[in-house]
Order: sequence, then C-alpha cells, then structure tokens
Amino acid sequence: MAEAPAVEKKTQRPIVPFLKLPGVAGQKPYLMGSRCKQCGATYLGTRMACSRCFSTEGMDEVKLSDKGELHVFSIVHQSAPGVPTPYVAAIVDLPEGVSVRCNINGVGPDPKNLKFGMPVEMVTETVSTDREGNEVVAFSFRPA
Amino acid sequence: MRDVAVIGVGMIKFGRYPEKTVPELAGQAALLALKDAGVDMKDIELMASGNLYQSNAMVGQRILQTIGQTGIPVINVANACATGSTAFREAYYSVASGAYDMTLAVGSEQMGKMGLLGGGGAGGDRAYSTEGVLGSGLMPAVFGMAGVEHMRKYGTTQEQFAKVSVKNHKHSMHNPYSQYQTEVGLEDVLNARVVSWPNTLYMCCPTGDGAAAAVLCSMDKARQYTTKPIRVAASVLTSDPWTQRDLIMPDINTLTRNAAKQAYETAGIGPEDLDLIELHDCFATAEILHYENLGICGEGEAGRMIDEGATSVGGKIPVNASGGLLSKGHPLGATGVANVCEVVWHLRGEAGNRQVEGAKVGMAHVIGLGSACTLQVLEKV
Repeated sequence: MAEAPAVEKKTQRPIVPFLKLPGVAGQKPYLMGSRCKQCGATYLGTRMACSRCFSTEGMDEVKLSDKGELHVFSIVHQSAPGVPTPYVAAIVDLPEGVSVRCNINGVGPDPKNLKFGMPVEMVTETVSTDREGNEVVAFSFRPA
Repeated sequence: MRDVAVIGVGMIKFGRYPEKTVPELAGQAALLALKDAGVDMKDIELMASGNLYQSNAMVGQRILQTIGQTGIPVINVANACATGSTAFREAYYSVASGAYDMTLAVGSEQMGKMGLLGGGGAGGDRAYSTEGVLGSGLMPAVFGMAGVEHMRKYGTTQEQFAKVSVKNHKHSMHNPYSQYQTEVGLEDVLNARVVSWPNTLYMCCPTGDGAAAAVLCSMDKARQYTTKPIRVAASVLTSDPWTQRDLIMPDINTLTRNAAKQAYETAGIGPEDLDLIELHDCFATAEILHYENLGICGEGEAGRMIDEGATSVGGKIPVNASGGLLSKGHPLGATGVANVCEVVWHLRGEAGNRQVEGAKVGMAHVIGLGSACTLQVLEKV
C-alpha cells in the first residue's frame, strides 16, 4: 500500500525583518525596534550606529507597542502595476518615539474618514505566497 | 575660494524624443551653452555630467564623443533629482578652488513614459514587495503626505496646493522650453483625477526627456567672453540630518532649511534680497512647503502667500517663472542645470515674455529624495 504523501507544513514569513512572528500560541506578532544605549533614540528595525548621537555602544532591542496615532496619510489612487487602489497610505507614530509607514485598513479610502491623531492598532494578515510556498505575513493599522 | 561666473547656458525644449539618444540630447544642450559663452570644447578644462538612469554608462564621455574629445577630466554624477545640480556644483568648485579656469556642466535624462518613480524593492520575489501593503514609497504618496503634514500643522487646503499648479502652468505659456505650455484653471486642477490625495494629475510633474548645460569660468577671465557674467554667489549641497521620522517619512524640509541657511550666509544676503526663485515643485504640495523652508514667508504663511499671488510673475517674489517642474517638465538629471539656465536668462534680461523685471539675484533649488538638496544663488554683476 502506498503511503499518503506527507503534507508539507507551510511556514509563515514576515514581509519585512522588523515584523516578528513568535509562532507560539498566545503571543501576538509585534514590531521590533532598537533603542540607543547612549541617547535613547529609537529606530524601527536595526541600526549599526545611532544616527542621532553617532554612538556605536550598541542598541537595546525593543518590542514596540501595537497601538499608535495617525500622523499623516495620503489616499493613493494611482500606483505601480498590480497594486490595488484606492487605499490609505499613512505614517503612524508609536509611543516609543518610532514611526511606521503602513496602510490604514478598516476605513473607506476618503480623507473625511481620517482624523489627525486618531488612535490606531496593528493587525497582521497573510498577503501573499512566496516562490517557495511560504505564507508572507504583513501588518497594517486600523482604527482602534 | 575665488569668484566664479556662469558665462554661457543652453537647454533643449523638454519633451519626448524617443528617436534620439541621451548623448545627442545632451550634446545639443552643451553646444548651445558653448555657443552662448563664445567658446568651444578646446577651452573647456573639465566636464561634470549629470544623468540618473544611465549612471553606469559613462554618459559624460559619450557626450564628448558627439561634440569633441579633448581628453579632459570627466565626472559622471548621480544624485537622484539633484543629479544635474550636483554636477553644476562640481563644475563650480573645480573653478572656485583654482584648479581649473573653465568648466562645463551638463544635465540630461531620457525617461520616456516611465510612470511613477520610487517604491520599495521586492528583493527578487514580488511576494515581499511592500508597495501598497506597507503604505507607499512612490513619490506621489511621499509628497502627498508631506503636503498633508502642512495641512495638519497650518490648516492649508487642497485648493491652496492646487493654485500652485494653476500659477506654474500659466507661467509656462511664455516659456518656449517648457514641455507643456497650456493654461489650466483651478477647477480643472481640482476635478482632474486624483493620483495621490491631495495631489491630482495636474499637481504632479510629468516624466520626459531633456538636457541643459552651463559654462563656468573664473570671474577674472569672464569678461573676456561676456558683458553679462552671472556670479555664483553660493552653491550648497546638503543631505538629511537625523530627524524624528526621517527614514520612515522622508523629510524634505530640514535639509532644505539647512541649505538655505548656508546659502544665505555664503552669499551675504537674506530671502528678502531674492528677485526670483526656481524651486523643486515636483508636486504642487512641495512648492508650498519650500516657501517656508527658503524663508520667503513665515511659518504657516505659505498658503496665504499663494492666495495673494505673491509668487506669480509680477508678484513680490516670483517662483517658477519657467513653469516649474509641474509644466516645464522634470527630466531628472537635466532639471538642476535647467533651473540655472532659467535664472541666468532672467538676470541677463533675456527671459522674453516671462521676464522678471529688474532681476538682480536669483536662486535655484532642487531636492533629490533620499535625500540631497542643492541651492545655487546667482547674481548679476
């Protein structure tokens, strides 16, 4: 009797390195930042040295908050081939002093639906499948 | 540093030239500038060539292959939209330093209809492309958000941004070098399709082909060639310093402000001494921000400035008399040298129907996202 083919377990991969997917039940995905040990400037992802104070004394890894405030936005109606439009492109400020470039989902793409400083929260979803069959996970923000 | 003069300028009408090569476009502009200066290639001791999309293809040397191979040093420059203006600065410093007496700066680009610029790379697998997934890195959204930040701070309206497009298109009707020479009304601009709110189609510069050139010479020799030397009073280049959101939200303001401070100090003038400005209106939103960045109005006053017509030809400080990038066009590598051509023509009184009367001091400003900011202050002597 032939054995049933083993189902290959698909792996989830983040769309960018600073999105962390713990892959453990009860632990939510989060954004990773780095805080300068000398001046406290905080960056999204990693840096070799501090752009602000030029310290090379190292950075502390910081788990960034999943809640923030809408700084600014644009409603994108024309984009690169294959990108669905219209959508809300935005900059969100997080309480750690880090900003994030993202889509705002959960609201219609119209300026009247967006308020400067409005509270938003991060969500993640699978957005595509890569050449090796892995699920690619991205983050976006939506009104909190 | 010694005084340097621009003694010759030339450019071709911006547009689309699919039948020409980049060296042919640039060669035409270079020959026009040499003729304007009354010199030829054997007088040129160094050439700086700005071209972005063929930056690995020795464009400068290929231009000389079309107009005269004299064996001089050639510097090929790429610096995003500030490519041409950075080439001009190289040509300027080569003379200012005393190393050379006469140099040539050429800026060129052939973009065709290449569409939107920018966006994140996908690292070879489109599944990891972040464009439209993690916001947008395309220029229309980047400059849309920069405008929205001004709305947030000062209550600036989409209509005020749109007025920049109306003004610059109106100016371009009198510029034979402009890619478009068509007037558009405020309703036309506001009702055009949205590219990236608040910028509509007419609030975004077109892509295109073009070339421009300038001959620079030490001031002590300039009068041998021209009765109207134009002094380079400052030539400044900055990159962005650390700012709070810099790598996430490109900051087009801080490096322009830093450049303006340096330019005014070097030239020994203030913004009130400028008679005209050619500035980087890649999108209508950008022009409003730069009124404040260059200090021609106070913080939060730029919206009122466009409302009052202060930056139209005939107004207090005409901005983009050429039609600006919005209508004259923006072939990336050519833009920074073309801006110098425009200011030089005004200072010589040769700008035809768009002439800013009695212009004595002018400024040319460019920003290349990534970022680079150049400012040239030019003055009649």
